[in-house]
Amino acid sequence: MRQHSAVSWWVGALSFTLAIVLLLLFLAGGAYSINPDDLRLNLMGRLASSLLGLFGLCTLVSGGIKQGFSYTGMILLALFLLAPFVWMVLVSLHPSKTPIPTLDLIIPKEPAWDNYGKVLFMPNLPVSRFFLNTLFVTLSVVLGQLFVSSLAAYGFARFQFKGREAAFGLFLVSMMFAGPVTQIPVYLMVQKFGWLDTYAALIFPGISSAFTIFLLRQAFLAIPKELDEAAKIDGAGYFRIYWRVLLPLAKPSLATAAAFTFFGVWTDFFWPMLSTNSTEMRTLEVGLSIFKNSYGAANWPLQMTAAVIVMAPLLVVFLFCQRYFVKGVMMGSIK
Amino acid sequence: MERKESRWGWLFIAPAFAHLLLFALAPILYAFGLSLFRTRLISPEREFAGVENYTFAVAEPSFQNALWNSARYALVSVPLGLIVALAVAILVNQKLKGITLFRTIYYIPAISSGVAIAMLWQYVYLPETGMINSLLGMLGLDNKKAFLDDVGSAMWAVAIMSVFTGLGPRMVLFLAGLVGIPQELYEAGALDGATGWRAFLKITLPMLIPTTFFVVVTSTISALQIFTPIYMMTKGGPEESTDVVGYHIYTEAWVNFNTGLASAKSFVLLVAIVAVSLVQFRMMKSQLKGYSAA
Repeated sequence: MRQHSAVSWWVGALSFTLAIVLLLLFLAGGAYSINPDDLRLNLMGRLASSLLGLFGLCTLVSGGIKQGFSYTGMILLALFLLAPFVWMVLVSLHPSKTPIPTLDLIIPKEPAWDNYGKVLFMPNLPVSRFFLNTLFVTLSVVLGQLFVSSLAAYGFARFQFKGREAAFGLFLVSMMFAGPVTQIPVYLMVQKFGWLDTYAALIFPGISSAFTIFLLRQAFLAIPKELDEAAKIDGAGYFRIYWRVLLPLAKPSLATAAAFTFFGVWTDFFWPMLSTNSTEMRTLEVGLSIFKNSYGAANWPLQMTAAVIVMAPLLVVFLFCQRYFVKGVMMGSIK
Repeated sequence: MERKESRWGWLFIAPAFAHLLLFALAPILYAFGLSLFRTRLISPEREFAGVENYTFAVAEPSFQNALWNSARYALVSVPLGLIVALAVAILVNQKLKGITLFRTIYYIPAISSGVAIAMLWQYVYLPETGMINSLLGMLGLDNKKAFLDDVGSAMWAVAIMSVFTGLGPRMVLFLAGLVGIPQELYEAGALDGATGWRAFLKITLPMLIPTTFFVVVTSTISALQIFTPIYMMTKGGPEESTDVVGYHIYTEAWVNFNTGLASAKSFVLLVAIVAVSLVQFRMMKSQLKGYSAA
């Protein structure tokens, strides 16, 4: 943290004090504004002085006017992005079937914790089954995709062969453009294989990914070839070199790929919705949409309870592996 | 030796390549085949139709409407998402205490459940009790507007939502681009009097062209295929004003069961996406040329 400059200290302190005084004045004045136009002005005044106070506080704490502005902006954006989530949690604690609370009544008087029991043990909507389905499918796809894609990445990074560039190009082009046309044919194929409404339908289409191949190829290319040669002299075969030398050294990239795939598959909606139809085979994401459609807008507290149940594990996992996201998105942009 | 290595190379990529054939290349051919037939999901009969599905699709007003909706959605959400992401990236590209916390928070919507996010933003846009309208109401302004239920605003509401839900990855990409700009450029620029805003225009922006290109192409591709928010929030309504191509094809295939026609429409979308990407690629090339000449 840099030294407090005298100017920023004064700017921060003055704007903060001014904001407090103004806020108190506006709060006191609010009681006397009977005219709605006055009241509106008064409320805008409160908002403006709160902003000024936030800026003052940020400047004081960070020790610079520029930093003060930055922090104010960042905090406002964070509040704006997090507000719906906070609202979701608060509404999930309102009694079932009550209408959407207005903001002044948003904090529940008595938290209705039984909402969570109601949603988790819904008679015709087995949430725990959805959870296990999602977990099983996601882990299978992550493991399978890491294996299949890292093998291909090894092939592309370490071997000279005819058609290598063309094959790699084919992977990249399919990653970018195949999306819109594949849904109908893949559905019909999966139907022909007799996979509809089975784990196979949920797992196999995701078992390899061009993005993961691309990411891991970059990682393997960064590992010096001398290490391969040394292992070869020790008598290791190609598969052993891949398994014992390259994979351990590419662990950070494997973790990045795993993190991306994990969230991608866990939150996938379209394909699981299309390829399953029995309740037992649904995933959390599809279950949530079914829940929403069957309870409609009529029961926001229970809807939000279900949303919290779906979101909570995702957030926990994300907080543990968020650093891999920064890395992965950067890798994807290197061409 | 050479041949042996070649065989090993193919062996290692074989599983992934088989997967690519089965789940991407064969389906593309299969879809093209389907698009030439009059065929429905629920009946086994199919009848060769040639290009009839294509001529029908291109002339169909509701498909034209869907194409137009996707175009205006992309035209708003892509530039807006780009500008916001760049601004936020610059904001969090400072050495400040707790900056990683903010980066993490901004990423959260992108890893969240798409269905849950759509439900939350439905609340954001509700009349009277919704987040925006509550704030408007507190300020004594008009708080009756149902943003998602109004032909004039529904599409923009979904587009603005995408600016924030897709912020994380775009922000990180720009962050990577910003970090990659050599500090010496700014030092040299400062000697020539380029500081602050001028440095941003003359150094930062040109150096970010490759990143910008990547962000524009990838977010255009995903904007043209948007489905989940539409399915959850508007179902293409009101009055088909948010019936984008991704949703339109979904209903054609899985509600109307017209798999042949839907395949033809998905090929029209594919061609549109490739064409837009090529145009963007051309534009970036000419941009880069301009800068290297200057």
